[in-house]
Parts: sequence; C-alpha cells; structure tokens
Amino acid sequence: MPETLVFYVLSGLAILASALVIGQRNPMYSVMLLIASFGALAGLYIQLDAPFVAVAQIIIYAGAIMVLFLFVVMLLNAPQEDAADWDRTHPLRQPGIARFGALLGLLLVVQLGWALMRASELDVPVAGRVDAETIGSVRQVGRVLFTDYMFAFEATSILILVAMVGAVVLARRETDQ
Amino acid sequence: MDSIDLRLLVQLGVIGLTFFMLINASALLVLAERKFMGFMQQRYGPYLVGPHGVLQPLADILKLLFKEELRPKGADKWLFTLAPILSVTAAFAAFATVPWGAETTLFGLLDEPIKLGVADVNVGVLVVFAITSMGVYGIVLAGWSSNSKYSLMGGLRASAQMISYELSYATALAAVIMLAGSLSLREVVDAQQGTWLGFLSRWYLFVQPVGFIIYIIAGVAETNRAPFDFPEAEQELVAGYNTEYSSVRFALFPQAEYINMVTMSGVATSLYLGGWHGLLPFYTPLDPLIEANGLGWLVFLAKVGGILFTYIWVRWTVPRYRYDQLMQFGWKWLFPASVINLIVTAALMLYVLNA
Repeated sequence: MPETLVFYVLSGLAILASALVIGQRNPMYSVMLLIASFGALAGLYIQLDAPFVAVAQIIIYAGAIMVLFLFVVMLLNAPQEDAADWDRTHPLRQPGIARFGALLGLLLVVQLGWALMRASELDVPVAGRVDAETIGSVRQVGRVLFTDYMFAFEATSILILVAMVGAVVLARRETDQ
Repeated sequence: MDSIDLRLLVQLGVIGLTFFMLINASALLVLAERKFMGFMQQRYGPYLVGPHGVLQPLADILKLLFKEELRPKGADKWLFTLAPILSVTAAFAAFATVPWGAETTLFGLLDEPIKLGVADVNVGVLVVFAITSMGVYGIVLAGWSSNSKYSLMGGLRASAQMISYELSYATALAAVIMLAGSLSLREVVDAQQGTWLGFLSRWYLFVQPVGFIIYIIAGVAETNRAPFDFPEAEQELVAGYNTEYSSVRFALFPQAEYINMVTMSGVATSLYLGGWHGLLPFYTPLDPLIEANGLGWLVFLAKVGGILFTYIWVRWTVPRYRYDQLMQFGWKWLFPASVINLIVTAALMLYVLNA
C-alpha cells in the first residue's frame, strides 16, 4: 500500500511539473520544473528496483544537461514570454500549423496507448522479472552494453563525438586572419 | 518483534547522530578555519566568546538569526527563497550514503550487527555524485534570482566551474571503483582492509596516488573554496552569488559549503584512505586493537579531520588563481591526467593483475 501511494505521488508530481514546464511562461521556472519532473521520474525508477537507472537519470539529465540549460537561459537572459504580440505573431500560432501539431499530439497519444496495450509484465517490478540481473546491476549493464549492444553503443559514441567536434568548430574563434 | 523495534530505533538514532554531527561539523569548521587562519597569520583569531573563543560560532549564528531578512527589489521571490534551501538540502542529502564506521553490535546490545551510516546503497558513490551535482542549482539560482550583476556573475562562474571539474572528479573516482569492483562505499572501504607487503596499510592511495591528487584538487573546485573560490571572489564580485543575502538565508550558504567539504573528505577517506581500516599509512600494533574494539569510526573521523585541515591549510596558503587559469587547468591538465590515470589503471588491471 505505501508503494502504491508513493507511486501516485511521484507520478502526479512528474505529470504536474511537466505540464507546468510548458504551462507557465518564465523560462527559469520551466527549467526548475523540468528538473523536478526528472527527480520524480528517478523516484519511479527506484520503485522499479532499478537504482542505477535512477542515479544515471539524476546525474545525466537533472545534473549535467539541465545545468547547461540553466546556463544558456541565464546567459541569453531569455525574456519572460508574456507579451501579447508574441501570441499573435508567433509562427506556431498560425491555424494550419497548429492543426498539424494537434494531429501529431493525437498520434502520439494513440501510439502510446497501443504500446501500453501490447506490453506485458507492466505491473511486475524489475526485481521480479527473469532478466532482473541484467537491468538491476551495474556490472550486468556494462557487460550487455559491451557485448549485445556493442554496435549501438559505439555508433552513439561516434555520433556524440561528431556533435562535439561540430560544436568546437562552430565556437572556435578565427585568430590567424 | 522487540529486536526489530530496537534495531529500528538504533538505526534512527544513527541517522539522527549523523545529521547532528554534520550540523556541528559546519560550526566547528567555521571556528577551526578562523583559528587556523589566525595561527598562520601569527595572531589569535576569535578569542573573546568562551574560553579561547570556542563559543564564537554560537555567537555568529545567534547574530545572524536576529538580523533582518532583506530581499532586493526585482528579485525573484520564489527562487530567491528556494536557492539557499536547495543548497543546504543537497549538502545534507549527499552525505546519506557515506558510511562512517564498521558494522557493530553496539557492545552486544543488538543481536545482529548494524551498519554505521545513514544508508548502504549498492550505487553509493553515484548517489553522492548525483546529489552533489544537484547542489550547483542552489548557487546558480541564488546568483540569478538576486537581480544583481555581481550575483549573476558569481552564479555563472559557479555553474561553469562545477560542471568542468565534475568531469575530472568523476573520472578519478571511476579508477578506484574499477579497482574495488563495487559502487558501494562500504564495500570499497572493506576492500582496503589489511596490508600491502606486510607493512603498508592496504589503502588505494598507494595504487592511485595520481587519482587522489586529482580528486582533492577537483574537490576544492567543486566546493568553491580558495584558491578556486571564484563564485564569491570578494575582490572582484563583492561576495559573488550571496551578495544580496542576509540573515538565516545567508547563513545557509556557508553551512552548505562546509557540509560539502565534510562529504568530500568522507568520500576521499572511504575511497583512498581506507575508511575505518588502518589508522596510519603503515601497519601499527594499534590496528587489530581498534578493529577488535569497534573503534573504527574514530579512525574515520580522524582521517576526515586530517583532510579538512588540509583544505583549510591550502585556503590560507595559496593565492587565488585567475578564472581563465582555472578553466585552462581544469580542461587541459586535470581532465587529461584523470583520463590517462583511468586508462593506465584499466590496462594494468587487465594485463598485469589479470583481474
């Protein structure tokens, strides 16, 4: 019973925070609410007996990526989006594009529902599953990552490396001209 | 049933004691810092409140409690209040997975031994790392929400500095984790029981000297202490991110800083200095005596105190660098050094130890 209660509190927090990320207009608050949402998600991972995933979620998303988000918002000093003309002139407010967006949103909901219907073992915590060892322990995650998913892992690494080189090239100052 | 209740009570007591020690550690460190600073500058330091000024932190805190809480015009009300709370909460929470003593039955009070420390998690090191990285939000938000240029500069510096040094810090940790083969701090400590070659204590310091130095330097930068205290460099930024804070809200920032220092030292002690195993770097006849009588936690506290003293010592000895020097050092020297350290450790483990 306490587990169910914690689950509803955490998921409610995650949904509320995510809704407020797009629902309110101060970019700084949006960043903080997104962090809160990530934190609640990490709590859900712990409930699923996957502490490594939970901690990775905090370190990578809430810790590293959101600090960069915050950094950019602070540096650019993003204005609060409360001007009335922003609403009218923004390209996303044009009826055609808005309808297309609504259609995409609907598709996403249908797809999610379909995926949830198909998935089995939804109510079984990770520890109770056959492949619990694989998901639970860091050792097994590492082993699987470097054997079964070797290609995907290396491909992702190269992708990130390319993005990093691209960022350095774009940000480099030309000094020898 | 009775034994379970007793166990729960004792565990709660241990958690409460940890919290109490952390709160007092911050007060003690303020006093220690001012006393050692005085000593290094050939003066007495605080001397009037209590014998030799030992009650000075109490007086400081009482003074801060009675000050007026000011909030600058144009400051963001919510984030301005949230920032110090976030700082100090993250600081306390980060210590949760640091064990500070061996398993003990409290001199036969309990049937089964209890673990000294708040929680023993099998990803302990990562939890410390994750929560420490959340602590940066307190400083950054304080800088941004104050609506002051100096504060904003301090916040920006803090975020850039902390995400830069986090890399070297984590990479240095990874080498030790590889050696120990576990992410649980308690298991890393217990892997350091015994001696190398019969006379050296089996500390990872002796196999990871480079890692230890990198960890300590990155730790100074992570806790924003001199010579890397750029977020609050007083000659440049008045007081940096906490310029606009007063009263209790202000007091929470130094408190978070000191608790973060304790956590850093606790993790360093667990990972490199053998935790509660081995009082000195070499074997002494005292070691088996300490283990047998369950006094390991005293050894742990002594080592943490030693590292904290080094922090204070460095602060009052080394002048502050320039900010670009900090970034150059972090990215061009410390990070490559920690990566090379990791690769060399991995190669040696694979080809020499065949682990």
